[in-house]
Amino acid sequence: MVSQMVMYDEESRRITSVCERLGREANARAVFVIDKNGQLIASSGDTEHLDSTSLASLVAGEIAATGGLAKLMGEKEFSTLFHEGAKDHLHISVVASRVILVVIFDSRSSLGLVRLRVKKCSEELTQIFEQLMKRSEASGQQSPFAEITDEDIDKLFSV
Amino acid sequence: MSFINYSSREINCKIVYYGPGLCGKTTNLQYIYNKTSPTAKGKMISLATETERTLFFDFLPLSLGEIRGFKTRFHLYTVPGQVFYDASRKLILKGVDGVVFVADSQIERMEANQESLDNLRDNLKEQCYDIEKIPLVLQYNKRDLPNAAPVEDLSRMLNYLARPEFLATATSGFGVFDTLKEVAKLVLQELRKGTR
Repeated sequence: MVSQMVMYDEESRRITSVCERLGREANARAVFVIDKNGQLIASSGDTEHLDSTSLASLVAGEIAATGGLAKLMGEKEFSTLFHEGAKDHLHISVVASRVILVVIFDSRSSLGLVRLRVKKCSEELTQIFEQLMKRSEASGQQSPFAEITDEDIDKLFSV
Repeated sequence: MSFINYSSREINCKIVYYGPGLCGKTTNLQYIYNKTSPTAKGKMISLATETERTLFFDFLPLSLGEIRGFKTRFHLYTVPGQVFYDASRKLILKGVDGVVFVADSQIERMEANQESLDNLRDNLKEQCYDIEKIPLVLQYNKRDLPNAAPVEDLSRMLNYLARPEFLATATSGFGVFDTLKEVAKLVLQELRKGTR
Protein backbone atom coordinates (compact mmCIF):
# COMPACT_ATOMS: atom_id res chain seq x y z
CA MET A 1 0.00 0.00 0.00
CA VAL A 2 1.24 3.50 -0.82
CA SER A 3 2.24 5.56 2.18
CA GLN A 4 0.00 8.39 3.26
CA MET A 5 0.94 12.00 2.68
CA VAL A 6 0.91 14.07 5.86
CA MET A 7 1.71 17.77 6.02
CA TYR A 8 2.88 19.52 9.18
CA ASP A 9 3.01 23.23 10.03
CA GLU A 10 6.77 23.55 9.82
CA GLU A 11 7.14 21.90 6.42
CA SER A 12 4.09 23.73 5.12
CA ARG A 13 5.68 27.08 6.03
CA ARG A 14 8.98 26.10 4.45
CA ILE A 15 7.31 24.96 1.22
CA THR A 16 5.25 28.14 1.01
CA SER A 17 8.35 30.22 1.59
CA VAL A 18 10.19 28.41 -1.26
CA CYS A 19 7.15 29.06 -3.50
CA GLU A 20 7.15 32.75 -2.60
CA ARG A 21 10.84 33.11 -3.29
CA LEU A 22 10.55 31.24 -6.58
CA GLY A 23 7.70 33.53 -7.59
CA ARG A 24 9.80 36.62 -6.87
CA GLU A 25 13.03 35.38 -8.44
CA ALA A 26 11.35 34.01 -11.56
CA ASN A 27 9.07 37.04 -11.89
CA ALA A 28 6.16 34.60 -12.01
CA ARG A 29 2.47 35.32 -11.59
CA ALA A 30 1.80 32.32 -9.38
CA VAL A 31 3.42 29.16 -8.06
CA PHE A 32 1.68 25.96 -6.95
CA VAL A 33 2.90 22.78 -5.32
CA ILE A 34 0.56 19.86 -5.94
CA ASP A 35 0.55 16.26 -4.79
CA LYS A 36 0.70 13.79 -7.70
CA ASN A 37 -2.79 12.66 -6.68
CA GLY A 38 -4.18 16.12 -7.36
CA GLN A 39 -4.24 17.63 -3.87
CA LEU A 40 -3.05 21.21 -3.54
CA ILE A 41 -0.18 21.49 -1.05
CA ALA A 42 0.92 25.11 -1.28
CA SER A 43 0.53 28.17 -3.46
CA SER A 44 1.75 31.73 -3.69
CA GLY A 45 1.32 34.80 -5.88
CA ASP A 46 -1.75 35.84 -7.81
CA THR A 47 -3.89 32.80 -7.04
CA GLU A 48 -7.17 34.51 -6.16
CA HIS A 49 -8.61 34.50 -9.66
CA LEU A 50 -7.71 30.91 -10.32
CA ASP A 51 -9.68 27.81 -9.40
CA SER A 52 -6.80 26.12 -7.54
CA THR A 53 -8.69 22.88 -6.89
CA SER A 54 -9.46 22.36 -10.58
CA LEU A 55 -5.96 23.40 -11.54
CA ALA A 56 -4.48 20.84 -9.14
CA SER A 57 -6.66 18.03 -10.41
CA LEU A 58 -6.03 18.78 -14.10
CA VAL A 59 -2.28 19.17 -13.66
CA ALA A 60 -2.13 15.88 -11.75
CA GLY A 61 -4.13 14.20 -14.53
CA GLU A 62 -1.77 15.62 -17.09
CA ILE A 63 1.32 14.48 -15.21
CA ALA A 64 -0.22 11.02 -14.79
CA ALA A 65 -0.92 10.82 -18.54
CA THR A 66 2.58 12.06 -19.35
CA GLY A 67 4.01 9.47 -16.95
CA GLY A 68 2.04 6.81 -18.80
CA LEU A 69 3.51 8.04 -22.09
CA ALA A 70 7.01 7.99 -20.61
CA LYS A 71 6.53 4.40 -19.56
CA LEU A 72 5.45 3.50 -23.09
CA MET A 73 8.61 5.10 -24.43
CA GLY A 74 10.79 3.29 -21.91
CA GLU A 75 11.57 6.52 -20.03
CA LYS A 76 11.37 6.78 -16.25
CA GLU A 77 9.42 10.01 -16.53
CA PHE A 78 9.13 13.20 -18.54
CA SER A 79 9.94 15.52 -15.72
CA THR A 80 9.06 18.86 -17.32
CA LEU A 81 6.11 20.16 -19.33
CA PHE A 82 5.73 23.59 -20.85
CA HIS A 83 2.49 25.12 -22.15
CA GLU A 84 2.68 28.31 -24.14
CA GLY A 85 -0.36 30.55 -24.27
CA ALA A 86 -1.02 33.91 -25.89
CA LYS A 87 -0.52 35.72 -22.57
CA ASP A 88 0.20 33.20 -19.86
CA HIS A 89 2.45 30.19 -19.86
CA LEU A 90 2.71 27.17 -17.63
CA HIS A 91 5.89 25.44 -16.53
CA ILE A 92 5.14 22.11 -14.87
CA SER A 93 7.78 19.89 -13.32
CA VAL A 94 7.90 16.79 -11.15
CA VAL A 95 9.85 17.20 -7.91
CA ALA A 96 11.17 14.33 -5.81
CA SER A 97 9.10 11.92 -7.96
CA ARG A 98 6.28 12.81 -5.63
CA VAL A 99 4.98 16.34 -6.10
CA ILE A 100 4.38 18.72 -8.97
CA LEU A 101 5.67 22.29 -9.15
CA VAL A 102 3.62 24.61 -11.36
CA VAL A 103 4.80 28.09 -12.31
CA ILE A 104 2.48 30.46 -14.15
CA PHE A 105 4.24 33.33 -15.86
CA ASP A 106 3.70 35.95 -18.56
CA SER A 107 5.78 38.24 -20.75
CA ARG A 108 7.43 39.84 -17.72
CA SER A 109 9.46 36.66 -17.36
CA SER A 110 10.93 34.09 -19.74
CA LEU A 111 11.08 30.32 -20.03
CA GLY A 112 14.86 30.40 -19.51
CA LEU A 113 14.58 32.33 -16.26
CA VAL A 114 11.76 30.12 -14.97
CA ARG A 115 13.67 26.94 -15.79
CA LEU A 116 16.76 28.22 -14.03
CA ARG A 117 14.91 29.24 -10.86
CA VAL A 118 12.77 26.10 -10.83
CA LYS A 119 15.86 23.93 -10.94
CA LYS A 120 17.30 25.60 -7.86
CA CYS A 121 14.06 25.49 -5.91
CA SER A 122 13.39 21.87 -6.88
CA GLU A 123 16.47 20.80 -4.98
CA GLU A 124 15.25 22.60 -1.88
CA LEU A 125 11.75 21.17 -2.23
CA THR A 126 13.19 17.68 -2.69
CA GLN A 127 14.99 18.00 0.62
CA ILE A 128 11.89 19.24 2.41
CA PHE A 129 9.72 16.42 1.03
CA GLU A 130 12.31 13.79 1.84
CA GLN A 131 12.39 15.05 5.42
CA LEU A 132 8.63 15.16 5.51
CA MET A 133 8.32 11.55 4.36
CA LYS A 134 10.89 10.41 6.90
CA ARG A 135 9.12 12.34 9.61
CA SER A 136 5.70 10.90 8.87
CA GLU A 137 7.10 7.37 8.57
CA ALA A 138 9.25 7.62 11.69
CA SER A 139 6.68 9.25 13.91
CA GLY A 140 4.26 6.38 13.44
CA GLN A 141 1.86 9.03 14.61
CA GLN A 142 -1.63 7.97 15.33
CA SER A 143 -4.15 9.18 12.81
CA PRO A 144 -6.00 12.29 14.03
CA PHE A 145 -9.06 10.27 13.12
CA ALA A 146 -8.24 7.39 15.42
CA GLU A 147 -10.66 8.72 18.00
CA ILE A 148 -13.60 9.54 15.78
CA THR A 149 -16.84 7.79 16.44
CA ASP A 150 -19.56 6.52 14.14
CA GLU A 151 -21.59 9.45 15.43
CA ASP A 152 -18.97 11.94 14.19
CA ILE A 153 -19.16 10.35 10.77
CA ASP A 154 -22.96 10.32 10.75
CA LYS A 155 -23.04 14.00 11.68
CA LEU A 156 -21.28 14.86 8.42
CA PHE A 157 -24.25 13.55 6.53
CA SER A 158 -27.03 14.79 8.74
CA VAL A 159 -27.16 18.28 7.26
CA MET B 1 -4.21 7.81 -0.45
CA SER B 2 -5.72 10.43 1.77
CA PHE B 3 -3.78 13.61 2.43
CA ILE B 4 -3.81 14.92 5.98
CA ASN B 5 -2.76 18.55 6.24
CA TYR B 6 -2.15 19.57 9.87
CA SER B 7 -1.23 23.03 8.70
CA SER B 8 -4.57 23.89 7.10
CA ARG B 9 -6.45 21.32 9.24
CA GLU B 10 -7.78 19.52 6.21
CA ILE B 11 -8.17 15.97 5.15
CA ASN B 12 -8.61 15.12 1.48
CA CYS B 13 -9.81 11.76 0.21
CA LYS B 14 -10.19 10.41 -3.31
CA ILE B 15 -13.20 8.40 -4.39
CA VAL B 16 -13.35 6.81 -7.84
CA TYR B 17 -16.54 5.81 -9.66
CA TYR B 18 -15.75 2.74 -11.76
CA GLY B 19 -17.87 0.65 -14.09
CA PRO B 20 -18.56 -0.32 -17.71
CA GLY B 21 -19.19 2.23 -20.44
CA LEU B 22 -22.52 4.08 -20.24
CA CYS B 23 -23.38 2.66 -16.79
CA GLY B 24 -23.99 6.14 -15.35
CA LYS B 25 -20.80 7.15 -13.54
CA THR B 26 -20.83 10.67 -14.94
CA THR B 27 -24.59 10.91 -14.31
CA ASN B 28 -23.94 10.12 -10.61
CA LEU B 29 -21.49 13.01 -10.38
CA GLN B 30 -23.74 15.36 -12.31
CA TYR B 31 -26.61 14.64 -9.93
CA ILE B 32 -24.41 15.20 -6.89
CA TYR B 33 -23.14 18.42 -8.43
CA ASN B 34 -26.66 19.69 -9.17
CA LYS B 35 -28.00 18.89 -5.71
CA THR B 36 -25.11 20.16 -3.59
CA SER B 37 -25.09 23.68 -2.24
CA PRO B 38 -22.60 26.01 -3.96
CA THR B 39 -20.64 26.43 -0.73
CA ALA B 40 -19.94 22.72 -0.47
CA LYS B 41 -18.76 22.07 -3.98
CA GLY B 42 -16.16 23.21 -6.45
CA LYS B 43 -16.39 23.28 -10.20
CA MET B 44 -17.15 20.01 -11.93
CA ILE B 45 -14.69 19.17 -14.66
CA SER B 46 -15.52 16.73 -17.45
CA LEU B 47 -12.85 15.71 -19.89
CA ALA B 48 -15.13 14.20 -22.51
CA THR B 49 -15.27 13.53 -26.24
CA GLU B 50 -17.49 15.56 -28.56
CA THR B 51 -20.17 12.92 -28.10
CA GLU B 52 -20.00 13.41 -24.33
CA ARG B 53 -18.31 10.11 -23.59
CA THR B 54 -15.76 10.40 -20.80
CA LEU B 55 -12.33 10.62 -22.38
CA PHE B 56 -10.10 10.89 -19.32
CA PHE B 57 -12.08 11.67 -16.17
CA ASP B 58 -14.77 13.75 -14.49
CA PHE B 59 -13.81 15.51 -11.31
CA LEU B 60 -15.95 16.98 -8.55
CA PRO B 61 -14.54 18.35 -5.28
CA LEU B 62 -16.93 18.22 -2.30
CA SER B 63 -16.63 19.58 1.23
CA LEU B 64 -18.55 17.56 3.75
CA GLY B 65 -17.96 19.59 6.89
CA GLU B 66 -15.66 19.15 9.86
CA ILE B 67 -14.63 16.17 11.93
CA ARG B 68 -12.66 16.93 15.08
CA GLY B 69 -11.62 20.30 13.69
CA PHE B 70 -10.48 18.93 10.33
CA LYS B 71 -12.24 20.05 7.17
CA THR B 72 -13.24 16.90 5.32
CA ARG B 73 -12.93 17.07 1.57
CA PHE B 74 -13.74 14.40 -0.96
CA HIS B 75 -12.50 14.45 -4.52
CA LEU B 76 -14.84 12.42 -6.70
CA TYR B 77 -13.50 11.05 -9.97
CA THR B 78 -14.99 8.89 -12.68
CA VAL B 79 -13.01 6.73 -15.05
CA PRO B 80 -13.72 6.34 -18.78
CA GLY B 81 -15.73 3.14 -19.00
CA GLN B 82 -15.00 2.15 -22.56
CA VAL B 83 -12.75 -0.91 -22.69
CA PHE B 84 -9.99 0.67 -24.79
CA TYR B 85 -9.31 3.46 -22.28
CA ASP B 86 -7.68 1.07 -19.84
CA ALA B 87 -4.42 3.04 -19.63
CA SER B 88 -6.37 6.10 -18.41
CA ARG B 89 -8.35 4.06 -15.88
CA LYS B 90 -5.13 2.83 -14.29
CA LEU B 91 -3.89 6.41 -13.88
CA ILE B 92 -7.07 7.59 -12.20
CA LEU B 93 -6.94 4.79 -9.64
CA LYS B 94 -3.62 6.12 -8.35
CA GLY B 95 -4.02 7.28 -4.77
CA VAL B 96 -7.63 6.11 -4.49
CA ASP B 97 -9.21 5.84 -1.02
CA GLY B 98 -12.57 4.35 -1.93
CA VAL B 99 -14.33 2.94 -4.98
CA VAL B 100 -17.95 3.00 -6.12
CA PHE B 101 -18.55 0.28 -8.66
CA VAL B 102 -21.50 1.36 -10.80
CA ALA B 103 -23.11 -1.61 -12.54
CA ASP B 104 -25.57 -1.30 -15.40
CA SER B 105 -28.63 -3.31 -14.36
CA GLN B 106 -29.68 -4.14 -17.92
CA ILE B 107 -29.54 -7.88 -18.58
CA GLU B 108 -27.54 -7.41 -21.76
CA ARG B 109 -24.84 -5.52 -19.82
CA MET B 110 -24.18 -8.30 -17.30
CA GLU B 111 -21.06 -9.45 -19.11
CA ALA B 112 -19.76 -5.88 -19.39
CA ASN B 113 -20.29 -5.44 -15.63
CA GLN B 114 -18.38 -8.59 -14.87
CA GLU B 115 -15.56 -7.62 -17.21
CA SER B 116 -15.30 -4.15 -15.67
CA LEU B 117 -15.22 -5.52 -12.13
CA ASP B 118 -12.43 -7.93 -13.11
CA ASN B 119 -10.64 -5.00 -14.71
CA LEU B 120 -11.03 -2.99 -11.48
CA ARG B 121 -9.50 -5.83 -9.46
CA ASP B 122 -6.56 -6.13 -11.89
CA ASN B 123 -5.91 -2.41 -12.09
CA LEU B 124 -6.09 -2.01 -8.32
CA LYS B 125 -3.61 -4.83 -7.97
CA GLU B 126 -1.27 -3.07 -10.35
CA GLN B 127 -1.36 -0.05 -8.03
CA CYS B 128 -0.63 -2.34 -5.06
CA TYR B 129 -4.20 -2.21 -3.74
CA ASP B 130 -6.23 -5.25 -2.82
CA ILE B 131 -9.88 -5.18 -3.89
CA GLU B 132 -10.68 -7.20 -0.77
CA LYS B 133 -9.31 -4.48 1.50
CA ILE B 134 -10.18 -1.19 -0.19
CA PRO B 135 -13.45 0.56 0.79
CA LEU B 136 -15.83 -0.53 -1.95
CA VAL B 137 -19.54 0.00 -2.56
CA LEU B 138 -21.64 -1.42 -5.39
CA GLN B 139 -24.41 0.48 -7.08
CA TYR B 140 -26.89 -1.26 -9.38
CA ASN B 141 -27.94 1.59 -11.62
CA LYS B 142 -30.76 2.01 -14.15
CA ARG B 143 -33.33 0.25 -11.98
CA ASP B 144 -36.07 2.11 -13.85
CA LEU B 145 -35.45 0.27 -17.11
CA PRO B 146 -37.81 -2.58 -18.05
CA ASN B 147 -34.92 -4.88 -18.92
CA ALA B 148 -33.21 -4.49 -15.54
CA ALA B 149 -31.96 -7.82 -14.20
CA PRO B 150 -33.23 -9.03 -10.82
CA VAL B 151 -31.18 -7.63 -7.95
CA GLU B 152 -30.43 -11.13 -6.68
CA ASP B 153 -28.78 -11.99 -10.00
CA LEU B 154 -26.64 -8.83 -9.97
CA SER B 155 -25.70 -9.42 -6.39
CA ARG B 156 -24.76 -13.03 -6.99
CA MET B 157 -22.66 -12.17 -10.04
CA LEU B 158 -20.92 -9.04 -8.82
CA ASN B 159 -21.02 -8.83 -5.07
CA TYR B 160 -18.90 -11.85 -4.21
CA LEU B 161 -17.08 -9.72 -1.62
CA ALA B 162 -20.37 -8.98 0.17
CA ARG B 163 -19.88 -5.20 0.11
CA PRO B 164 -22.68 -2.68 0.71
CA GLU B 165 -24.91 -2.54 -2.37
CA PHE B 166 -27.42 0.06 -3.50
CA LEU B 167 -30.15 0.24 -6.10
CA ALA B 168 -30.13 3.43 -8.11
CA THR B 169 -31.55 5.43 -10.96
CA ALA B 170 -28.89 8.07 -11.35
CA THR B 171 -30.89 10.14 -13.85
CA SER B 172 -33.55 10.81 -11.18
CA GLY B 173 -31.09 10.74 -8.29
CA PHE B 174 -32.57 7.68 -6.60
CA GLY B 175 -29.80 5.95 -4.63
CA VAL B 176 -27.07 8.40 -5.64
CA PHE B 177 -26.49 10.05 -2.27
CA ASP B 178 -26.97 6.80 -0.35
CA THR B 179 -24.12 5.32 -2.35
CA LEU B 180 -21.88 8.34 -1.82
CA LYS B 181 -22.57 8.45 1.91
CA GLU B 182 -21.74 4.80 2.35
CA VAL B 183 -18.43 4.95 0.51
CA ALA B 184 -17.48 8.15 2.36
CA LYS B 185 -18.26 6.43 5.66
CA LEU B 186 -16.16 3.43 4.75
CA VAL B 187 -13.24 5.68 3.79
CA LEU B 188 -13.46 7.58 7.08
CA GLN B 189 -13.70 4.35 9.03
CA GLU B 190 -10.56 3.19 7.25
CA LEU B 191 -8.84 6.43 8.25
CA ARG B 192 -9.82 5.80 11.84
CA LYS B 193 -7.90 2.56 11.68
CA GLY B 194 -4.94 4.65 10.56
CA THR B 195 -3.53 1.75 8.61
CA ARG B 196 -3.50 3.38 5.22
